[in-house]
Amino acid sequence: MKPTSAAFSDNARRALHDATLQQALAKAGVGFVEKRRAALSDLPEFAALREAGREIKDHTLANLDHYLLRFEQQVQASGGEVHWVDTPAEACAAVLDICTRAGAKRVAKGKSMVGEEIAINDALEAAGLDVVETDLGEYIIQIAHEPPSHIIAPAVHKTRQQIADLFENLHHQPDLTRPLETVPQIVDEARQILRDTFLSADVGITGANFLIAETGSTVIVTNEGNGDLSATLPRVHIVLASIEKVVPTLEDASVLLRLLARSATGQEITSYTTFFTGPRRGEDVDGPEQFHVILVDNGRSRMLGGAYHEMLRCIRCGACLNHCPVYSAVGGHAYGWVYPGPMGAVLTPLMVGLDEGRPLPNASTLCGRCEEVCPMSIPLPQLLREHRRQEFERKLAPPRSRWALAVWAFSAQRPRLYRWASRLGSLLLNKSSRGRGRFRSLPFAEGWTAARDLPAPQGDTFMAQWQRRKPHD
Amino acid sequence: MRVALFVTCLVDLFRPSVGFASVRLLERLGAEVVVPPEQTCCGQPAYNNGDFETARAIARQVIAAFDGFDHVVVPSGSCAGMLVRHYPELFRDEPETLARAQALAARTRELSAFLAESGGEPAIDGTFSGKVAMHDSCSARRELGIVDAPRALLGRLAGVESVELKEAETCCGFGGTFCVKYPDISARMVTDKAEAVIASGADVLVSGDLGCLMNIAGRLSRMDSRVRVYHLAELLAGMTSGPAIGEAEKP
Ligand code: SF4
Repeated sequence: MKPTSAAFSDNARRALHDATLQQALAKAGVGFVEKRRAALSDLPEFAALREAGREIKDHTLANLDHYLLRFEQQVQASGGEVHWVDTPAEACAAVLDICTRAGAKRVAKGKSMVGEEIAINDALEAAGLDVVETDLGEYIIQIAHEPPSHIIAPAVHKTRQQIADLFENLHHQPDLTRPLETVPQIVDEARQILRDTFLSADVGITGANFLIAETGSTVIVTNEGNGDLSATLPRVHIVLASIEKVVPTLEDASVLLRLLARSATGQEITSYTTFFTGPRRGEDVDGPEQFHVILVDNGRSRMLGGAYHEMLRCIRCGACLNHCPVYSAVGGHAYGWVYPGPMGAVLTPLMVGLDEGRPLPNASTLCGRCEEVCPMSIPLPQLLREHRRQEFERKLAPPRSRWALAVWAFSAQRPRLYRWASRLGSLLLNKSSRGRGRFRSLPFAEGWTAARDLPAPQGDTFMAQWQRRKPHD
Repeated sequence: MRVALFVTCLVDLFRPSVGFASVRLLERLGAEVVVPPEQTCCGQPAYNNGDFETARAIARQVIAAFDGFDHVVVPSGSCAGMLVRHYPELFRDEPETLARAQALAARTRELSAFLAESGGEPAIDGTFSGKVAMHDSCSARRELGIVDAPRALLGRLAGVESVELKEAETCCGFGGTFCVKYPDISARMVTDKAEAVIASGADVLVSGDLGCLMNIAGRLSRMDSRVRVYHLAELLAGMTSGPAIGEAEKP
């Protein structure tokens, strides 16, 4: 996917004026926030759980090489294979190679954000393979030819009506008399179509929420059970996972799973939590003949131990998106790449470069709600500031704003000059407001005054008035 | 008790009455209030725009100017948060300055938190009749954990009926330079906030942060709302006879 993050401002403006999108966002946002709130109020020990989760991740990251190697050993011991890849291109090549060797024609794909990151669908389709998304949300955006707009609810930007229309147009069998009005009817419709895919696919690709070092298992959570089918019915199962997904033990995974479900959807536990360990063994009734794990780095090992290290604790729950006032206003597509919201504003510049991703860390009031709700206590505002620091050092901001900042910085470090200048400013502004107390428009402040008035200064500055009140101070 | 007032650049420039209201409240507590003349701004514009060097230079200036007082009081959660949370962060790798930054942080309080902590309720003896909504700035609420203090203080004013805003935890969209970098998104956020204020039925909106207040007041007046907007300190000090934020001067 070619990023359009550099055009964030335009993307955002369009999103704000898209009435249908706004309708979908308004509905989804409140739901997520309320559900999480309810789930947390039922769990007084959430704070302790969060602390435990953080410790697990910190410990794992500090010993990442050890746990990854252990994971690989265990995968091999259970008859599977691990492929270490660095870049998206290498990752796609590894997947294609497995598909070619298996003589595959059709791929059933479960939801995977790493899959989006490496743009696996494009690669598979370019190689002539037929890819069908089996997650309902992913399926919807696949047939709409759109990228996901949320990391756990990829089609959250679509209204029910839009989805019904899509299905009607695409499935349009002459005998389609099945009504598509309610959510269950829509789900049923997708199920009818997708069932065939599971049965006829040669390769199943899934993501992974966690990798378990002690057993070599990969774990996915879904609410539709489709992950199980994409993994167990086809002959070959490929798991796409990034390296920071590994945890030492099953016990550790269970702590993180509890945090994940509550933070993501407000559930105590997601409907389906599936553990995959190796290919089918002799006595198994089902399962694939081959089991491959593609371990993707894509910039993550560079984050280890650096300024963005803490971002590697992220478990992709989406809570920071759901609680972000900017995400809620513009939706995920405005961010212009795979990961939106606060976590996306941290990750995108790291993965596609700061030149492209520059607007994202700036498009935040640093209100801190994301850090507050993040189950992994990731200091997202501070990481956004870190990007801004890099941006400043590399002089990437537009000259006009850099210049304004420099002038201000010069005077703020010279109190006498500053007092003189601020006095002049406040007196002038006060005078030109002509007693009206506010400005309806003001040159150089159009951004502010387009939608709101600017209150005028009361008159002389506080410092000047204080000097007069206490001459000896 | 010698208390240094950190006026904040917005109060200095736009609404000195908030500074005088703060002084009045502190003096009623029996404090000797000093306003160190070497203060300009807390440095947030530099810090939040990635210019950490300038932020450090300004922080050093503030640390020096506010040395030696019993307390430092700030009528803003945002600037107090900068001194308390971010100065120590800025000097993580400079042990000597870090110690001084931490000492300053320990002595610094946002105004309402300071009043509540030092038994300042009796200093509030005003009356005000009407429905008052309190907006918490994100920094007061999340960086400093201040939620109860302003409400307890408001409760001291006879005649005040407190109302709460829906989605009170949500940012108003000011965000310092955010509001000029992303005016459309900021406008949308402040519209939501202004609508919540109107829906609350409040006659008056207060907050401990002038940035939020100018933003919300500006949007309310553009929406032709009659809700009046004051800084919390002005209401507590009984200084609401003058024009509210954004209101015309009385003839
Ligand atoms: S940053 Fe935190 S809140 Fe956001 S997706 Fe990751 S774990 Fe969840």
